[in-house]
Amino acid sequence: MSIPVAENLSTGRVVALIGSLALVVAPHAVRIPLWIALIATSVMILRAALAWRGRGLPPPRLLVVLAIGSIVGIWLSFGMLFNRDAAVALLVLMLCLKMMELRSLRDAVVLILLGYFLVITNFLYSQTLPMALYLLGCVWLITACLVAFQYRTATPDPRPMLRMSGLMLAQAIPLMLVFFLLFPRVQGPLWGLPQASASALSGLSDSMSPGSLSSLSLSDAVAFRVEFDSPPPKANKLYWRGPVLWDFDGRTWRGGDAAPRIGRDIETVGTPIRYTITLEPHNMRWMFAIDLPAQRLEGALQTQDFQLLSIRPVRARQRYAMSSHLDYRYGANEPRRNLARALQLPEGFNPRARKLAADLYARSSTADEVVQSVLALFRGQPFYYTLVPPELGRDGIDEFLFETRRGFCEHYAASFVFLMRAAGVPARIVTGYQGGVLNPIGNYLIVRQSEAHAWAEVWMGDEGWVRVDPTAAVSPMRIEAGIAGAVPAGDPLPLMVRTDSEWLKRLRFSWDAAANGWNQWVLGYTPERQMQMLQRAGFARPNWQNLAVALMAVTSFVTAILCMLLLARLRRRVPDPVLSPWLALQAKLTRIGLGPRPGEGPMHWSERAATALPAEVADRLRSLADLYVRLRYGRDRAKGREVAELRRGVRALRV
Amino acid sequence: MNTEIRPVLTAIGRIILGKERQVRLTCACLLARGHLLIEDLPGVGKTTLAHALAKALGLDFQRVQFTSDLLPADILGVSVFDRESGAFKFHPGPIFSQVVLADEVNRATPKAQSALLEAMEEHQVTIEGETRKLPEPFFVIATQNPSHQVGTFPLPESQLDRFLMRIQLGYPDAAAERALLSGSERRDMIDELTAAIDPQGLVELQRRVREVHAAPALLDYVQALLAHTRRSADFITGLSPRAGLSLLNAARAWAFMDGRSAVLPEDLQAVLPPVAGHRLHAANGYARLSSDDLAGKLIAEVAIP
Repeated sequence: MSIPVAENLSTGRVVALIGSLALVVAPHAVRIPLWIALIATSVMILRAALAWRGRGLPPPRLLVVLAIGSIVGIWLSFGMLFNRDAAVALLVLMLCLKMMELRSLRDAVVLILLGYFLVITNFLYSQTLPMALYLLGCVWLITACLVAFQYRTATPDPRPMLRMSGLMLAQAIPLMLVFFLLFPRVQGPLWGLPQASASALSGLSDSMSPGSLSSLSLSDAVAFRVEFDSPPPKANKLYWRGPVLWDFDGRTWRGGDAAPRIGRDIETVGTPIRYTITLEPHNMRWMFAIDLPAQRLEGALQTQDFQLLSIRPVRARQRYAMSSHLDYRYGANEPRRNLARALQLPEGFNPRARKLAADLYARSSTADEVVQSVLALFRGQPFYYTLVPPELGRDGIDEFLFETRRGFCEHYAASFVFLMRAAGVPARIVTGYQGGVLNPIGNYLIVRQSEAHAWAEVWMGDEGWVRVDPTAAVSPMRIEAGIAGAVPAGDPLPLMVRTDSEWLKRLRFSWDAAANGWNQWVLGYTPERQMQMLQRAGFARPNWQNLAVALMAVTSFVTAILCMLLLARLRRRVPDPVLSPWLALQAKLTRIGLGPRPGEGPMHWSERAATALPAEVADRLRSLADLYVRLRYGRDRAKGREVAELRRGVRALRV
Repeated sequence: MNTEIRPVLTAIGRIILGKERQVRLTCACLLARGHLLIEDLPGVGKTTLAHALAKALGLDFQRVQFTSDLLPADILGVSVFDRESGAFKFHPGPIFSQVVLADEVNRATPKAQSALLEAMEEHQVTIEGETRKLPEPFFVIATQNPSHQVGTFPLPESQLDRFLMRIQLGYPDAAAERALLSGSERRDMIDELTAAIDPQGLVELQRRVREVHAAPALLDYVQALLAHTRRSADFITGLSPRAGLSLLNAARAWAFMDGRSAVLPEDLQAVLPPVAGHRLHAANGYARLSSDDLAGKLIAEVAIP
């Protein structure tokens, strides 16, 4: 048994609606379980095919069974926990089942409203600019469907509906802005849900083993963006300090248990540079700053080795002002315990490197000489900088130093620190980012994950901790020109850091500037900023009651302006003094069911109405119609007296 | 009803029974200086209508039967060498008459058709380099079989556009058919018909039709109708500006015949089916609608401004 579909649900409209809803659901496809995605796709295709063939729909009983089945399926997939993912999956399934019930205008409207709701659910997962633009397109399409269903006759041309839908959305823009600015905002993401995907975010970690940074360097995800108050420093000064790694177990370097900084054993030269960082969420605690951070940060603690650690993992985009010293000396009074830690090495690993270090130690008198001779080794021997180094075995540092000699910054930093420690010089690894690309369009610096870097710090007695970047010895280009200039041609590089055609670069910079603006101005519009804005608007101590009042006032104001504009347009359409009494007459007779039919001319209509009216009224109606036709269509210009007569006559006519 | 036209309509109405509307449209077409295309099956009175119209208006009448071997010269005329005068003498073809009945125009080849259609448009013909004026008034009634019949060359759209109106006669109703069967021979009745108006008077009427007033409000309506056909997806192509002019002229003639000096929306609506029917093509979904239904749909969908 199948059930027929209402007349005004023409094939074109049904297919268009299904297509638009499919676009709304599409971003969810990878987030919902595979079986739901498959069911949703096949149901949509099936429904479209039914519409195409002009077939009826399956009986309601079957749908009830399917609905119960899908609820059970979702329960099996997600368990009792009814969270965001389960709710979205259920919504998608129910939307598809509702399509199978699409037989009347009412069903279509229900589907469209569900579609709007699903548009919102997409923002639970992603709030980027492309997603917002995509969903705006979806809203435009489903609104066009809503418009299309209001037409009585089939109209295959979608352009007028799309135009009308666009116009409606455009008219809604002022109200949207008012609500964006004034609707009370809540802290953090509105839904306050744990971001399950945060674990998948890329970034530095608190350990380093061969390969961990080079895999990061293939990601063109943005780590953070920086706006400088003054011209940015040179690239070889831009060392963004992140995790500091002390402990080595033969393969992996680790940081951890860093004590808060107490002392003030720091000497600086000149004024610090000031800048503002917008840090992308990376689910770890580091807040990056140029070496050496000159100030403390609210909500973060500074460790003894100058890491900035946020109290909580950075799960949302964060914006903070920082300042740094480029010329400094620190750590001359480093505690013994730390120096011992900066010398420890695991026993039984890398014997050849140890022997080399012992030789170097024997030949040098100061720590500086040891450093210089290792750097000379890196410079003199055929070492290569590459993103795709060969695999290393158990004695990785030996293999790297004496056999492969091909590596990435982590290889150089690790072997350098190993040699230092083996030669009795306290040393540690600092990881972070090096460099960054200036976006000339937004005039800010973009630092991507591909700029991840590792360098060394060596303790030299009175000099304190001194930064040594062994990578710079091997590949000065890495430090001067960024990673794209350093790797040999043919090595894989992330799309966003490639140096190719000029216009492509400009396009990428414009796009990143747009994304940055979106982050700063739309997503970064926090309750604090909202309150600041209210303060600037004149509220002494803004609170949410003020917001509500402002919201109501501005909404009414904007609505009133819109209404006035629309009314003015309507009034402009009826300027004719002859036509308005005639329309009044038609309205009068419409009330008793004698209104004109679509396209009925004045003479035909008045004659038809007259035959249904008592003789006296009929005569007056006929003479009014004659007068109207003479005034409106006749050769002579309508005289004021006659127009007044028509107006009076219409007013006097009692039906 | 206009007093000069009424006798003509009465006279024709006595011969063509039960087709008042078509007879009126034919007269309106003539008064608007347009040409008429009658599309119908053989034997419903197309020739009789044309003949009766010519007779009632006192116009001379020629009939050309279009066949597949008809040549342009058969319509326009031909120069023949006259042995006595020693010069070529032009023998005018049937086109040189005031009412020309082009019977079954779609059976001739496109070449012959275009000879007729050019003469209709220009009101003159050029033969062997010499331009000759056609008589005034000049009125062509072409008839055409429904084109699904075998052996026809349907008129292309560009040429259909040259006809102001296209009408169908259709079968008579039972009463009219009974009167036809029981009445006397139509041919004899036509012979007995006397002219109710002279050609000069007809030209004068055509001039007065052009003076019928079309108010701005009415032009708004014409434009709304045209715009709707262009905007709506129900029609493959919209009405051309020429179609708009034709519509207005035909409505003027219709209003004039009604004895009015200004065009009303009702006049437009009355002439819309024959004027627009052959110029509109319904998009799929409405392909089965007759041109009258299509025009009715157009009227119902466009509000009178």
